[in-house]
Amino acid sequence: MRALLRFRHGVHPPERKERTAALATRRMPYPAEVVLPLRQHAGKPAIPIVKAGDRVERGDKIAAADGFVSVPVHASATGTVTEVGLWPHPDGSCDQAIRIAVEPWSAQAARPRMVPEWRGLAPREIVAAVQEAGVVGLGGAAFPTHVKLSPPKDKRIEALIINGCECEPYLTTDHRTMADFPDRVLLGVRLMMKCLSVERTLFGIEENKPDAIDAIRRALPGDIDVTVLPLSVKYPQGAEKMLIKALTGREVPSGKLPLDAGVIVQNVASVATIAEVFETGLPLVERIVTVSGAGVRRPGNLIVPVGTKLKDLLDACGGLADDASEIVSGGPMMGVSQKDLMTPVSKGTTGILVLTEAEARRNRAYPCIRCGHCLDACPVFLNPQILGSLARKSRYADMEPLHLRDCMLCGCCSYVCPSHIPLSQLFAAAKTALRKANAAPAAKAPA
Amino acid sequence: MSYLVTASPHLHSGDSTPKIMWNVVLSLVPVVAAATHFFGPTALLVVLACVLGALVPERIWGQRSSTRDGSAAITGILLALTLPPGIPLWMAFLGGAFGIVFGKLVFGGLGQNVFNPALLGRAFLQAAFPVAITTWPVAAGPWWGLRGGTFALPFASPSALDTVTAATPLGLMKFEHKGTPVLDLLLGTTGGSLGETAALVILLCGGYLALRNYLNWRIPASIFVTVAFFSAVLHLADPRYPGPVFMLLSGGLVLGAVFMATDMVTSPVTHRGALIFGAGIGVLVVAIRVWGGLAEGVMYAILLMNAAVPAINRVTQPRVFGTKEAA
Repeated sequence: MRALLRFRHGVHPPERKERTAALATRRMPYPAEVVLPLRQHAGKPAIPIVKAGDRVERGDKIAAADGFVSVPVHASATGTVTEVGLWPHPDGSCDQAIRIAVEPWSAQAARPRMVPEWRGLAPREIVAAVQEAGVVGLGGAAFPTHVKLSPPKDKRIEALIINGCECEPYLTTDHRTMADFPDRVLLGVRLMMKCLSVERTLFGIEENKPDAIDAIRRALPGDIDVTVLPLSVKYPQGAEKMLIKALTGREVPSGKLPLDAGVIVQNVASVATIAEVFETGLPLVERIVTVSGAGVRRPGNLIVPVGTKLKDLLDACGGLADDASEIVSGGPMMGVSQKDLMTPVSKGTTGILVLTEAEARRNRAYPCIRCGHCLDACPVFLNPQILGSLARKSRYADMEPLHLRDCMLCGCCSYVCPSHIPLSQLFAAAKTALRKANAAPAAKAPA
Repeated sequence: MSYLVTASPHLHSGDSTPKIMWNVVLSLVPVVAAATHFFGPTALLVVLACVLGALVPERIWGQRSSTRDGSAAITGILLALTLPPGIPLWMAFLGGAFGIVFGKLVFGGLGQNVFNPALLGRAFLQAAFPVAITTWPVAAGPWWGLRGGTFALPFASPSALDTVTAATPLGLMKFEHKGTPVLDLLLGTTGGSLGETAALVILLCGGYLALRNYLNWRIPASIFVTVAFFSAVLHLADPRYPGPVFMLLSGGLVLGAVFMATDMVTSPVTHRGALIFGAGIGVLVVAIRVWGGLAEGVMYAILLMNAAVPAINRVTQPRVFGTKEAA
């Protein structure tokens, strides 16, 4: 047997997927209110086209895309718009959002065929329909999918890569998507191959999901070239650059896109969503969210209307255990701590983790002992030890030539640091400071 | 109800600096036990004196609760393992204190020092008490009998002269051109410092640390390969020079390579750096032993290479992903 594919460096955090890995997806009941942020995707926020008092049905467009790198927002439940205003955002800030009071007795039936049939559509029309359906990357970054399906003409794409790694511990949404809806996933693959006019697809799945690998392999159609490649379990294999390295052996050049290595990477949940919107005719209004952690009573993989508040979602999972102490949106390696249970689930929410005091334990920091473990962990081969000591002295400008830009904040260095130095947090702060510093002179220049 | 808000990642490997340090201490216990077996209770007393000497200044001038992180204890034990069994305890105590104060605290404490504090303590003792540190007493009486001037008062006239002494294998080789059987070297049934003798025990303990990733195996591996290669070349050119097996197993080489050169703070952070660092130590050890005025050269070899670590780190930075350049 061939050795499993993998990238160099990275870490092996405890997987902790056993709570939800075997649970089929279930639908949660509609909450009394949904709150839909206008900024649920990378790029420009959507522009609201409804006002307080308007009645909307499930699937109706309520905010329009602002330009190409933007997508619309659709009502995830039938009801009445009560407010367009500030609301807690999953990234920890407050931002514009549309509140909809859900009609209590509505059947939540959608209008028929808001998204056209894909058969008979030209690739360009499919891409336009994908944007109009509000589809974004569901792996967490929420980058508009149609942009990735519209590569510049001069770039040659040799292969489409489907990302079924789900390397973040706890999360099982991609796992369940592949195991429960393999035909939908492969229809999505077919559509994407059509849009990109590529001949070959590499489908990377980590080997800790044997049922997903089986399901996809069994559902493979004979007329398209899709190869399922099992990968060894390692974090952050789901990062685009790492996955491309593991599957093709190529390194995406620093500061460049996967396109420059001749490939395009799409998350398996995004692929399934594309197929889903064409199958059902309904835009992206719901997604699968893993609710897990020792602090929640009934963990599971739930189909959740976008805009559902954390409180309603957690109530649908039996509520919080008494020792729940931290609530994280996303995976435990890169997810964001949530301070407010009124915060809604957005299109990019992969999971909600409720950690107990034992899981969320904070450790005392010690001086760096130059053990070098962070260098062995960094998947992009930086020197977090030097970067960390510079960041602690706020010497941000000195960090730029050391390729801080290539850091993707995966958290491997913080994970291994025996001195508990919050390296990735320091790097996030340094990146923000550098962005501000670099933007300031540019803003003054025209005057 | 309010919830914790912390930066990601929300998971941690579970390693900690004190855990690493106490694991090193744990792995030194069999080495100390072997020393006690060979040299009697005197060995244990020397270890205690050195550890005490290291802990006292760390407690007084170190950072809050820094004695608990285990690093000062390591310095004390390692220093003791480089000393002869009969050394007066007050000298051992002084060596430990000197190592911690001038080897570590003056640089700013844990993680800031350039030189291995234990070796700096030994270098100080070698300069201050050249006779005591090169006197290798053998047991005149039973196993439990104390050797040499263990309880000598500070600065009292040396009593070391009337004890029975034995030369170390390296001393025998250097000054009398006599060899020592390999089995004796491996099992430690020779004269020497506390931790110089049981190569096998030291290798096993180092192996444990390497398995737990608390020790960079590349450093000792590089040292052993370099020493073996260099001494083999010399031995072939002129058989009067000792061969590689003797070079590897005699003196403090195994102890130094496994436990001293691998001190995380004072060794390179990169893998290639570790190999260069080890090769440098290997070359210096052989050169000092063969051409230097001293019988043993491990201490100076490591201290010299400690000074080169920042430069080694600078030239061995990893190649950044997706580039051809170093970070």
